[in-house]
Amino acid sequence: MAKNLNLTLQVWRQKDAKSEGGFKSYKAEGISDDMSFLEMLDIVNEGLIKAGDEPIAFDHDCREGICGMCSMVINGRPHGPKDRTTTCQLHMRSFQDGDEIVIEPWRAKAFPVQRDLVVDRSAFDRVVAAGGFITANTGAAPDANAIPVPKEKADLAMAAAECIGCGACVAACPNASAMLFVSAKVSHLAHLPQGQAERMIRVRDMVAQMDDEEFGTCTNHGECEAACPKSVQLENIALMNRDYLKASLTYRPEVDAGGGL
Amino acid sequence: MKPEATFLGSSIGKKIVMALTGIVLVLFVIGHMAGNLQVYKGAEALNGYSEFLHHFLHGAGLWIARIVLLACVALHIWAAAGLTRMNAAARPVAYRKVHHEASTWASRYMRVTGFILLFFIVFHLLNLTTGQWHPGGTFVKGEVYANLISTFQVKWVAALYIVAMIALAGHLSHGIWSLMQTLGWNHPRYNALRKQLAWIVTALVVIANISFPVAVLAGILH
Repeated sequence: MAKNLNLTLQVWRQKDAKSEGGFKSYKAEGISDDMSFLEMLDIVNEGLIKAGDEPIAFDHDCREGICGMCSMVINGRPHGPKDRTTTCQLHMRSFQDGDEIVIEPWRAKAFPVQRDLVVDRSAFDRVVAAGGFITANTGAAPDANAIPVPKEKADLAMAAAECIGCGACVAACPNASAMLFVSAKVSHLAHLPQGQAERMIRVRDMVAQMDDEEFGTCTNHGECEAACPKSVQLENIALMNRDYLKASLTYRPEVDAGGGL
Repeated sequence: MKPEATFLGSSIGKKIVMALTGIVLVLFVIGHMAGNLQVYKGAEALNGYSEFLHHFLHGAGLWIARIVLLACVALHIWAAAGLTRMNAAARPVAYRKVHHEASTWASRYMRVTGFILLFFIVFHLLNLTTGQWHPGGTFVKGEVYANLISTFQVKWVAALYIVAMIALAGHLSHGIWSLMQTLGWNHPRYNALRKQLAWIVTALVVIANISFPVAVLAGILH
């Protein structure tokens, strides 16, 4: 039997990237506990629109937990109080009638607020563009299993590749560090044969881009791993550190026109 | 063109400097604690041990150790300062509501415990190595045992050492585990062991070190 909840929301409102923002209080009344958190916000927004106010801007897309868009910090936790859950998969039954819920955007210099709860996460795209790929001719898809990969390695690669780039790790980190994200992108290729040729260049370039984007640095609190909706493990950060050290020790400067050609 | 990224300029490079110097400093505090245990064998044993250290490698050994330790402390602080600066800049607007899910007081207060330890080291050297600041009596060079007893008989000095050791407990319990993670020593078979090792080393060092002022105050050492 569905219950109805009456809630008080404290929501960060900010007109655009250049404006000062602040918290505003809203009542969310008669909210069914079967609703998702985003549906609750939709109801609040309908009320705001009817009253002639600006609706609360928030990012969302798939609403099935895989796109990584629904970035918001709910009562101090990215994506809210449930483990391994994105905001769209969070249901109102996780809250009690009469609760006050504080909703804030991701807070990081590298993720500037665009409006209300919407942040610009393109810093992640630039980190991936710096080396999170393999250089290969594209064309027809290669046959599956053309390159044999042991199951254990495939599992590790897939676990890292589960990362949806939502940015919860950065939001949860007391230092706003992106190392869990970057290490997931380094690691899913480092476990596969296709990733080996550029393994050392990749980690160097991606870490350099990560630092350039002015993310913080890892001090091993472990908050990222606890906040990750896809359970990406700290083991990936250790792999990135290992590879980065190795890459820094064995890096060869680029030579002009190799072999005297 | 932006300047080429360097190892020491990078976040992970600084973390690795922090971890490597941390290993040296952890080994030092273990050795320091073990050497000091000789206080329980009496004045002759402790003073003799000090004599041995002063003449090791014709007197060069002590200075090599001092230079290496000083360099490690300097690099450790340099890395901490650089990382702290990057971290402070990375989140210009703080959260209104903060929730800690996985971090510990030790991990969150590394900077505070680090500062306490820095001030403590300066005091400790003035107190028991050079002797310029020796409440509780006159410092006599070479009389390690007598110097230790006379200063620990002053209650606030003993209390200060105990507080510093609690800070050391926090710093070591996170630092030992953290340096292994930073150096990439992470494997599901050994991960539980990393935290256990950190706590065993922390407990050994800190309990033994706290026992010295407590034993003096309790009158066991006199």
